[in-house]
Amino acid sequence: MSIARNAVHDYQDARTLTMSLIDLANPTKFLALTARVLPWLAAITAILLAIGLYQSATAPDDYQQGATVKIMFIHVPNAWLSMFVWGVMSAASLGTLVWRHPLADVAAKSAAPIGAAFTFLALVTGSLWGRPMWGTYWEWDARLTSVLILFLMYLGLMALWRAVEDPSRAARAAAVLTLVGAINLPIIKFSVDWWNTLHQPASVLRIGGSTLDRAFLIPLLVMAVAFTLLFLTLHLAAMRNEILRRRVRSLQMLQANSRAA
Amino acid sequence: MSALTALIRRDIRIALRVGGGALIGVLFFLSVVVLMPFAVGPDLKLLARLGPAILWLGALLASLLTLDRLFTADHEDSSLDLIVMSRIPLELACAAKALAHWIAAGLPLIVATPVLGLLLNLDTISTAAVALTLLAGTPALTFTGMIGAALAVTLHRGGLLLAVLVLPLSIPVLIFGVAASEAAITGPQTFGAPFLILCALSLFSFVVGPFAAAASLRQGLD
Repeated sequence: MSIARNAVHDYQDARTLTMSLIDLANPTKFLALTARVLPWLAAITAILLAIGLYQSATAPDDYQQGATVKIMFIHVPNAWLSMFVWGVMSAASLGTLVWRHPLADVAAKSAAPIGAAFTFLALVTGSLWGRPMWGTYWEWDARLTSVLILFLMYLGLMALWRAVEDPSRAARAAAVLTLVGAINLPIIKFSVDWWNTLHQPASVLRIGGSTLDRAFLIPLLVMAVAFTLLFLTLHLAAMRNEILRRRVRSLQMLQANSRAA
Repeated sequence: MSALTALIRRDIRIALRVGGGALIGVLFFLSVVVLMPFAVGPDLKLLARLGPAILWLGALLASLLTLDRLFTADHEDSSLDLIVMSRIPLELACAAKALAHWIAAGLPLIVATPVLGLLLNLDTISTAAVALTLLAGTPALTFTGMIGAALAVTLHRGGLLLAVLVLPLSIPVLIFGVAASEAAITGPQTFGAPFLILCALSLFSFVVGPFAAAASLRQGLD
């Protein structure tokens, strides 16, 4: 008897948990929650960014690279986020295709321009670093080329979103393309191991511990966390904008309908 | 199985008849290759060096050009709806359609390669190498391009959008296709490694392409 009661209890627990998740997925609840969370998130992001930038600025010069090593503190978080954002979009695309949830569409759509911006910044900072270090702004090596392909795919995805008026139709098409494009992520990650490239292999997250000195590692990690929070802040804000934009659109459609009738 | 072969046979027949437009791809391929000497100058040595790259680029553009036909014609006369509703799995039907499209539009490009290689001052071995890499690589172009074609047909947008979506996906094929043919002609790397990666890309696209195209057709058609 007690086992049965426990089972019922567990079932109800699981049910309340999924219910609260569904509640969160309700756009109105989402708007209310993010309105409360966003200012805090923005404040934490600003503080962490300030700390990270200060630590990067006061970090010692590298014995080989000199002051150019500081570009790394911007470049690496951007590059990491360029892939992370595509990962977020892929997860959202699964939500679109499997559960057909409009909030997943919104998440995927509003992440694309932000991801494109991070990718662009990773490419620019990388080439600014490459000029004094490698003697060239651009080199067609595997890591650089695969990131450039990622950038092109971001732009293609944005073009796809802009090409179709009906948002849910565009969402499903974009979701398929996003999941296909996710194949590029492991290629980018492992390109430095698979091919002999000019770009150095991974040095922060690797088996056997980081090869970076603590003086560089700590500012880099702070910057990485700060940039991730920056993405979260921007993404939530962009999602709010997109939800409001869709509401305005449907209100306009209603108005046009009632006028026509 | 017979339904699939019937589908393949039907698609090839439609592509080769009047209005099918499969052989326009070859004509386009020829035009691109003929344009090149005007752009880089009629220096035969330079042309021989650039030859594999020009042929690969021409084949890539030509296969991109014909991709638009893969689903649109069927969508216009609604036979695509019948294919979606039929009892054969949509993934297999997509694979069959892509195979038919490759036979009708991709194979002629490879057949035309020796003639075009002559125009570019390529010797027999180089032409054979390029033709072999095209044979291994163009299926990957068709099968990844099919994803873009399926997206384009569900969105009622073809043309430029299709090209923008498909071209980034076909970059790896171009890289390894040209690398393998260059390796066969000038060395010093071996022909085997890039060629095997090219074959792997094709095999990979056989799996990913039909599933993604079928998913986008199922989600997008209404």
